[in-house]
Amino acid sequence: MNRAAPLLIGLAALLVSVIGAFANGARFFDAYLFGYLFWLGLALGCFGLLMLNHLVGGKWGFVTRRFFEAGLGTLPLMAILFVPLLFALRVLYGWARPDDVAANDVLQHRHVYLNIPFFIARVIGYFAVWLWLTLKLRRGSHAQDATSDIKPTRNLRTLSGPGLVIYVLITTFAYIDLVLSLESDWYSTIFPILIIVGQALSALAFSIMLLAFYSRKAPLAPVLTPAHFHDLGNLLLAFVMLWAYMSFAQFLIIWNGNMPDEISWYLHRSSSGWKMVALVLGMFHFAVPFALLLSRESKRRLGILCTIACAVLLVHVLDVYWLIAPSLHIHAHWLDFTLFAGIGGLWLTVFAKNLAAYPLLPLNDPRYAT
Amino acid sequence: MKTETPRIFGIVAEFHDHMALLNAARKAHASGYRKLDAYTPFPIEGLAYEIGFRKNRVALCCLLGGLTGGIGGYFMQWYALAIDYPLNVGGRPFHSAPSFIPITFELTVLCAALATVIGMLALNGLPRPHHPIFSARNFARATTDKFFLAIEASDKNFNARKTAQFLRECGATNVSEVNDEG
Repeated sequence: MNRAAPLLIGLAALLVSVIGAFANGARFFDAYLFGYLFWLGLALGCFGLLMLNHLVGGKWGFVTRRFFEAGLGTLPLMAILFVPLLFALRVLYGWARPDDVAANDVLQHRHVYLNIPFFIARVIGYFAVWLWLTLKLRRGSHAQDATSDIKPTRNLRTLSGPGLVIYVLITTFAYIDLVLSLESDWYSTIFPILIIVGQALSALAFSIMLLAFYSRKAPLAPVLTPAHFHDLGNLLLAFVMLWAYMSFAQFLIIWNGNMPDEISWYLHRSSSGWKMVALVLGMFHFAVPFALLLSRESKRRLGILCTIACAVLLVHVLDVYWLIAPSLHIHAHWLDFTLFAGIGGLWLTVFAKNLAAYPLLPLNDPRYAT
Repeated sequence: MKTETPRIFGIVAEFHDHMALLNAARKAHASGYRKLDAYTPFPIEGLAYEIGFRKNRVALCCLLGGLTGGIGGYFMQWYALAIDYPLNVGGRPFHSAPSFIPITFELTVLCAALATVIGMLALNGLPRPHHPIFSARNFARATTDKFFLAIEASDKNFNARKTAQFLRECGATNVSEVNDEG
């Protein structure tokens, strides 16, 4: 594959989108938020899997670690790409519009927390923590490449315990700000963790696809065995189930309670065609991959596993869209596609550059003597 | 009182170490023996495969148990709450699918787990208070330091004399014929 292809496609898509922005400025930022949050989620999902593996080990993480590290390495890019959103807070968020706040009691109470200066300060804080964790995790891993002393691996394990807690807490706050606050009145305590599980699922599916891509080449070809795919397949099954569990837990409680201020979120997501999307998600984000991944054979054969992972990742794009878009507008727009591709092109370019910069398999890891 | 010749359960061979046992098991399977069983003091990687135990139906039991529990659990709630005794719970429909899911889920897990354990026991032929292998010479040491391979008389290639000879050639330190006292 041509290395420059994602960059060129990305830049072309962004250029077309910017032209589209002159025709429809408000819609541009809706689409930008969706594209941005999908790729940010793919990067953040790497945190959970990487630190989980540092903590508990497992050979599945040995062959995928560099993918997760390269994914985290895209966070500086995502920090830069956040800047355009700062100019559109009034377009996107009801709490940032003085008129909306004046007309809404709930927003007036929330104004202490949800106001533009504090929001910007918090986002800077989130990125500071994410980037700091990324730096520590990548530096430690590359330090281990250079030495046979096992101290860097020990340090990574020590960091990963508190690191996971920090990551989940920070990401919880971040997604309350970025996504949950799109709906003025709504709240759900399980929502951020539902997002985090979805991110880990997408990063896992992405890493399985990359593993399939590199499986015939050195240095992965001689190392990979069906046992690796089996582990990754089991993890994929676990995350598919966890995603379904979280989604359903949130839905069941709100459906049963049936309170006016709680159901708005689902009303927006079950009217005018969105209901079809919800059914597709239940079917292809859960039921079908769940049934397929129960079989041992579909986990041990890379071809089948990779196809399932690919499908899950595609459906997850739809999931992210379903979480965000119905709060903002009713119909899809071509800008949704071009901005998704544009940001994705830049993301993949940085990802590929990160991946090429270091050996594809970690060296000198004491747990995986090769 | 008539005397009858005791039925033979099979030929049991004793080995010094697990490698010898693995080799013998591999040779026996390659020679066409299928009714093989091995007895060792600790689990040995790959032994199950060598004696021809390559597929088991425990997973199938689990799946069937899960399906029974899931479908049965949902049906139970639907029949009780929507058909037989419709109950108005907070104005929700009689057939409230979302409310039925938690119990359906729990019964799926419960029945799958029970079917797995019971299926595993049944497929192993357990519980079974006595087994002819217990009367094999030296067999108590299967729990400490000896490794045993049995070729059972029900095998279609079984021949008491030839099979014993075959096992001796495989490096068994001790070969004995075991009767089925039934």
